[in-house]
Amino acid sequence: MFKIVKREEMAQATVIMNEIEAPRIAAKARPGQFVIIKANETGERIPLTISDSDAEKGTITIIYMVVGKSTALFKTLLVGDAFQDVIGPLGKPTHIEKLGNVVCVGGGTGVAVLYPITRGFKDAGNNVTSIIGSRNKELLILEDKMKAASSEFHVCTDDGSYGHKGFVTEVLKDVLDNNKIDLVIAIGPVPMMKFVSKITETYNVKTLVSLNPIMIDGTGMCGCCRVSVGGKTKFACVDGPDFDGHQVDYDGLMNRLRAYQEDEKKAYEAHCQMVGTK
Amino acid sequence: MAEKSATKEKIARQPMPEQAADVRRRNFEEVPTGYSKETAVLEARRCLQCKKPACMTGCPVGVDIPGFIKCIAEEDFKGAIQKIWEKNSLPAVCGRVCPQEVQCEGLCIVGKKGEPVAIGNLERFVADMARNSGEGELPSKAAATGKKVAVVGSGPSGLTVAGDLLLKGHSVTLFEAFHKTGGVLVYGIPEFRLPKDIVASEVETLEKIGLNIECNMVVGSIVSVEELFEEGYDAVFIGVGAGLPRFLNIPGEDLVGIYSANEYLTRANLMKGYLFPKYDTPIIRGKNVIVFGAGNVTMDSARTAMRLGADRVRVVYRRSREEMPARAAEIHHAEEEGIEFHLLTAPVRFLGNENGRLAQMEGLKMELGEPDDSGRRRPVPIEGSEFMLDCDLAVVAIGANANPLLTQSDQEITLNKWGYIEADPETGKTTKKGVWAGGDIVTGSATVILAMGAGRIAANSIHDYLTLGW
Ligand SMILES: Cc1cc2nc3c(=O)[nH]c(=O)nc-3n(C[C@H](O)[C@H](O)[C@H](O)COP(=O)(O)OP(=O)(O)OC[C@H]3O[C@@H](n4cnc5c(N)ncnc54)[C@H](O)[C@@H]3O)c2cc1C
Ligand code: SF4
Ligand code: FES
Repeated sequence: MFKIVKREEMAQATVIMNEIEAPRIAAKARPGQFVIIKANETGERIPLTISDSDAEKGTITIIYMVVGKSTALFKTLLVGDAFQDVIGPLGKPTHIEKLGNVVCVGGGTGVAVLYPITRGFKDAGNNVTSIIGSRNKELLILEDKMKAASSEFHVCTDDGSYGHKGFVTEVLKDVLDNNKIDLVIAIGPVPMMKFVSKITETYNVKTLVSLNPIMIDGTGMCGCCRVSVGGKTKFACVDGPDFDGHQVDYDGLMNRLRAYQEDEKKAYEAHCQMVGTK
Repeated sequence: MAEKSATKEKIARQPMPEQAADVRRRNFEEVPTGYSKETAVLEARRCLQCKKPACMTGCPVGVDIPGFIKCIAEEDFKGAIQKIWEKNSLPAVCGRVCPQEVQCEGLCIVGKKGEPVAIGNLERFVADMARNSGEGELPSKAAATGKKVAVVGSGPSGLTVAGDLLLKGHSVTLFEAFHKTGGVLVYGIPEFRLPKDIVASEVETLEKIGLNIECNMVVGSIVSVEELFEEGYDAVFIGVGAGLPRFLNIPGEDLVGIYSANEYLTRANLMKGYLFPKYDTPIIRGKNVIVFGAGNVTMDSARTAMRLGADRVRVVYRRSREEMPARAAEIHHAEEEGIEFHLLTAPVRFLGNENGRLAQMEGLKMELGEPDDSGRRRPVPIEGSEFMLDCDLAVVAIGANANPLLTQSDQEITLNKWGYIEADPETGKTTKKGVWAGGDIVTGSATVILAMGAGRIAANSIHDYLTLGW
């Protein structure tokens, strides 16, 4: 069992932070890696990126958005409760090195994944510009932490309730126009990563994205997480989750992410009904 | 006297009672229901008690087959299970899934003229009887040696090594990547062929004799083999199986509705997708299903699809019936359940509908040409024979390769050109000191009993190493 030692609700309780006791994983986790979490006996295996880890305390931090039955179930777990299974660290760590000027672009809960990577690049001696965005001010997460991990920092909201009004891609263009950038890292909703990659391609700037397909084992044994990268089939759980943003077939990825939409809706509705009538 | 031998001649092979095909094709309960005591005794009396039992030479772990059958004939069921346990620690599993027709039963003398003694059914009967009566006493354990062994992977090879070494007095910890133990026995082979409580009860027995189990441990990622030694383990056994799915590598394979058999069966069995939404893992329920391949995994996938409500399930295989590697019983059961076989047929590409979901497969007819490296006649495409099949679910069950996750994390463990671990067949030793390997990660996809046999060999060698130093 993996006990929750700290819990915070963010973005009007649509996003939850859990710090979980997992000493063995904490000792090994590196930025960009993920865990697979299963709440209980009947639960689903859900991949979540490790947002932070503390080897000394023996804890890892995960941040998830409540989108379906499984995450709704996770949300019911409070400090002192435990997840039945946490498996990790999985995936290849992000390759962090000193390059010069690095831009980190994050959207939605992708910012949780981006944060340890941003910190890593800053610590490695890079000049890091971060651009994070969300639909509105209330849904923005990890603003302070991201700010502290960046040399230059921009916020965008779709509705203009905070920072730049508009998409992260607009600010990114501006940054690319005025600076020589060595690497862009984009993590967030698939359409965001797709558009960021489209832009950076025209500027010829190397771009890394972190993919989040549906997974089961997370060890390369099922092929559920396959994505087409540069025309080749890759397993995101072992070959990624980071890939060259200019090579990813985003439409294929989005299609596979929709595989269980109907089932998920049904399960979520049943869950809400059950919780509601309790 | 004359009368006795006369009756012996007359006893026919006792059929295994089973659920009727039209009922079982829609449920997940076990297909054969098992012999009664009377039937088992009758079947046991068919055995000639050969002086040179051919059957035994076909058993990879050398079970004393006439010995345990004699016990059954004499209604000494306790004696029978003891005899089996001397060589085989998972008889309830083996009785159900071993390919008896090419092993023991294939060599049985009675089978030369008529039907062979039903050795598998008898093995299953004895094991089930012991488990259900709770009579199987725990085997006795040697005095503690103070040595620690790490076993990586909880499939049949790992469980065998663990069991053997525990009895020899060593302390054993089993590391499993999944959240549940059993390997292919829990994630691959379906409930209707191998009920999961049987596997669980075998593991429980090992826990009772002192096995320490750590699930959720992906060795090579959370801990390396080297680190296991640093943590104080004196020896390591690697039995991680052959868990890397093979795909067809044809256009359209990433459409929603196409699964590897590993994914399909893991969703169904380990995650209990067939009980969705009681269990949270969804699984696509196809109406018109195609399964590729012709092995046990293919049959398991096809029969699972039927149980999940398919109207039509078609097995597509590019060779002919003779080459189908599945157990005879599985092919027979599949046919009875209404699964169709499209032999000498190969897929060319998949086509999706406007929602990106599988809608059709384009296929090609084949004919048999010259023999290939494996000695089997190579299938060659018949020009202009393209045709289309409608389908909303396809499962690719054409085999597995070695999963490199663990092996690439340790350079001292030598691999062969296919990525399987090189291990001495006599001992199971790898090229790294203190590390043994066995099962599918050494041989490539094989069988439960071969994995167990490899486990036994490795356990003996590990014991020698820990007690004698070689
Ligand atoms: C669907 C299916 C049906 C089959 N039917 C039959 C049959 O009827 N008869 C028969 O004889 N054989 C059958 N087989 C083959 C048989 O199951 C295998 O040959 C046998 O299970 C191999 O045993 P093993 O111990 O080598 O590995 P496995 O059973 O594959 O177990 C390996 C275990 O190691 C774990 N693991 C992998 N990597 C790591 C890691 N890095 N760290 C920790 N743990 C890890 C895996 O999760 C798994 O639990 C079937 C196989 C399949 C897939
Ligand atoms: S070969 Fe057949 S008849 Fe002879 S001992 Fe074995 S099971 Fe009995
Ligand atoms: S999740 Fe199964 S192979 Fe990646």
